[in-house]
Amino acid sequence: MTGDLGSENRTPADKAIIRINSLSKNFGAIQAVDGVSLEIQAGEFFALLGPSGCGKTTLLRMLAGLETPSAGSIVIDGEDMSRVPANRRPVNTVFQSYAVFPHLSVLDNVGYGLKVTGIRAAEVRDRAEAALDLVKLEGYGARMPDQLSGGQRQRVALARALVKRPKVLLLDEPLSALDAKLREAMRHELVNLQETVGITFIIVTHDQEEALSMADRIAVMDRGCVRQVAPPAQLYEFPTNRFVADFIGSVNLLEGIVSAVDGAEMTVQAALLAAPLRIVQDKRFVPGTKVWVAIRPEKINMTKLETGPTLRLDDNNQVEGIVEEITYLGDFSIYHVRIADRPEGLVKVAVPNFDRATLRPFIWEDRVILRWNPNSGVVLDS
Amino acid sequence: MARQRKHPLVFWVSALPPSLWLFGFFLAPLAIVWVLSFGEKRGLIDVEITWTLANYVRALDPLYLGVVAKSLWISGVTTVLCLMIGLPVALGIVFAPGRWKPILLFLVILPFWTNLLIRTYALIAVLRTRGYVNFTLEWGADTLGLPFEPLALLYNNAAVVIGLVYVHLPFMVLPLYAALDRMDKLLIEAALDLGASQLRAFVTIVVPLAVPGIISGVILVFIPALGSYLIPDLLGGTDSQMIANVIERQFKRANDWPFGAALSFLLMYLTFGALAIRSVLAKGDGGLEAK
Amino acid sequence: MKVRHNARRIQPGPLEYTRRAWMRMILLATFVFLYTPIATLVAFSFNDSRRNIVWRGFTTKYYEKALANDGLIEAFVNSLSIAFVSTFISIILGAMTAFMLWRFRFPLKPLYEGAVTLPIVIPEICMGVAMLVFFARIGWPTGLPWPLNLGQIAIAHVSFSFPFVAVVVRARLASFNPEIAEAARDLGAGEWAVMRDAVIPHMRPGLLAGGLLAFTLSLDDFVITFFTSGPESVTFPVKVYSMVRFSVTPEVNAASTVLVVITVTVTALALWIQNKQSSEARG
Repeated sequence: MTGDLGSENRTPADKAIIRINSLSKNFGAIQAVDGVSLEIQAGEFFALLGPSGCGKTTLLRMLAGLETPSAGSIVIDGEDMSRVPANRRPVNTVFQSYAVFPHLSVLDNVGYGLKVTGIRAAEVRDRAEAALDLVKLEGYGARMPDQLSGGQRQRVALARALVKRPKVLLLDEPLSALDAKLREAMRHELVNLQETVGITFIIVTHDQEEALSMADRIAVMDRGCVRQVAPPAQLYEFPTNRFVADFIGSVNLLEGIVSAVDGAEMTVQAALLAAPLRIVQDKRFVPGTKVWVAIRPEKINMTKLETGPTLRLDDNNQVEGIVEEITYLGDFSIYHVRIADRPEGLVKVAVPNFDRATLRPFIWEDRVILRWNPNSGVVLDS
Repeated sequence: MARQRKHPLVFWVSALPPSLWLFGFFLAPLAIVWVLSFGEKRGLIDVEITWTLANYVRALDPLYLGVVAKSLWISGVTTVLCLMIGLPVALGIVFAPGRWKPILLFLVILPFWTNLLIRTYALIAVLRTRGYVNFTLEWGADTLGLPFEPLALLYNNAAVVIGLVYVHLPFMVLPLYAALDRMDKLLIEAALDLGASQLRAFVTIVVPLAVPGIISGVILVFIPALGSYLIPDLLGGTDSQMIANVIERQFKRANDWPFGAALSFLLMYLTFGALAIRSVLAKGDGGLEAK
Repeated sequence: MKVRHNARRIQPGPLEYTRRAWMRMILLATFVFLYTPIATLVAFSFNDSRRNIVWRGFTTKYYEKALANDGLIEAFVNSLSIAFVSTFISIILGAMTAFMLWRFRFPLKPLYEGAVTLPIVIPEICMGVAMLVFFARIGWPTGLPWPLNLGQIAIAHVSFSFPFVAVVVRARLASFNPEIAEAARDLGAGEWAVMRDAVIPHMRPGLLAGGLLAFTLSLDDFVITFFTSGPESVTFPVKVYSMVRFSVTPEVNAASTVLVVITVTVTALALWIQNKQSSEARG
């Protein structure tokens, strides 16, 4: 099942362009990156995702050579980078604030990287103009950076990095300074651009939607460590720990103990629920293990108690509750359901707004039944 | 900001005393010197104002033009040396670890708070024939068994330049520091990331962005160096006299006040010329804040 | 896996210039250049040798000699008196100038601003000459009893110091939040009350910094004083100048050390007070 989701992404498993081996960086007593090991494939669109301060930018800066690792190694395209300074690395960076040189014209900005490596002026000009075409800034070459909008400055930064035809392009929160509409358009553009140029992209972001929609694979980072590396769908559907489950999307986490394992099926006794949970998944735990069951809000089916079928005793994955809070989000609504007889138990359920909001299918104080498939939940032991 | 008519009393109470002082004890003396520069010397202290231009014409005499040229040359060399030392020093302070930054800045500023005369005097003790530099060199030569002839480090043009650099270096470092500290450090990283060597990034990114600071520093060093009196007087030889020394001689020894007045206005015009160049370069930020 | 890394062994990052040997050499060489003369001056003021070049043992006898030198002491007292008086007047005039330029618009203001900046930019020698000519031409009385004979020097010092105070105080006023004054007026304060309760307290660090600057400028000045002082009104720098012309002597070293210690102490004290005030203001 896990493999199925992974195979739809184009990840050639044999050609690692970047190998990061137990890389660490500490600033004084602060451990920014803590023993990270990663392999990134050639041609991949790779995302480093995590909350602010998780070390993702530091990791990116170490790849660029702007920060020296405290320990560990980086190998890019078969070459150890530990003695290679930033200006000789086959990578280029698009900075979060773009870092467009304010005293140079757009064309000179884009041509800068070629000029300093001793390429003759005519070729610099041609290639810089081609790069501007690529990012749809044809005709802007003579402008100065202060005559450009934020989005245009970002395109300049992008062209400036791409014109060098690096083996890897590093993007540090490239979309965070743009407004919401532009950000969404740029996502598609970046993905298309990456397909056009065929360069490995590594993007740092704190925005999970950005990572999920753009990347082939995502590394989720937390406090200097990589918590999981997986394609977007796998990350969402099969998180391997509570941090990832909680960080990506919204989730209900139910604490419990594995009570029985029977073939593909595990039974978990959750503290909040009277009936045990049945879960079907590849990874199994021995009975007695303390676990958390993660269930996405949209994977829970909610029906009114009086209209729908009543509780079936043979089905474990169901619970009765009362609608306590409704958050209307336009395309769907989140219902907070209080589990019957468990004042401390709240479950989030996402229901698409199939009808207009005025025809709400559920209202406050409705008694409801929640149920989900055995393969909707994921059992996590950390 | 209000118009002065809105609160006339507050305006006049705050404007009158400093204005009277400025006119009475600064602009009036300058005006007297200006008028004097068009005068003719009659006897020991008598001067008649004849609105002659003879004093200015006399200043164009090769003897005095040579002094002006030498002054411009010495202060120019001083400025370039200060810039060459000041840029790496300012860069070093800007990128020093946080707790070191204020200490290094303080160390740059501290000599400014000690008396100029004392610093010049201290330099004499270091540079003179029986000074510490020669003493150290002699000791070094003795240890190596080499013959030693004390170097003439004092009373020449080089000594004047060393003295001027020694005194004016903080004036260069501080504006450079301010300009570099304001600069986005990411721009240097971007240049390195794009393949520029450290030197290339320095020349193509750091220096152009530090231009406002460089202009300020150059002006802050060049102007006082051009008009300096004490250092050429104490450290210079007979042929390292600068304009200020010639002016002093007219007033204190030669007793030719009209000519001295003309020379000091020439020095002022040179100063204003340097300031004008700077305001053209800096385009628009004038007034009190620019200083 | 947490390993304590030795930060020294790791290569410097691309912008960690101060961790590179060449940068350390430049900084070290610069500070050696800036400090060796003063340091040797101070050290050899305690040297028990007139030749003043080889260390012959510790002594304070040159301090005693300097203290016994009446001319030196008189010059020292003169310098301090002039510095105090001219600083006091400069602070008042400078604060008024800064306030007026900050608060009011008036005709020919740019020209006025230029005139105020002029004493800062014109060469010292020109100012000294102007003062010499001025006092001679208007027939300023000479031979007055102490301290009135210092009047010319003090006036000249105020003329070049108060614009510095004005610049510093005006920079400080630029950070004044006009809403505070508006709030005070809204609560019924008149123009004078606003000034007393809001503007002047805000100015205070600027007044201190400007005053300190005026004080050191006055103590430091040689050229302008040289042109305005007479035989009866000699300041410390002028006295030292006349001594230095002849030779380098340990007494001058001792006297200079005292002056260096005074200015550095005053500066450090003022900076400390300013730091304390601003950290208190920040809460």
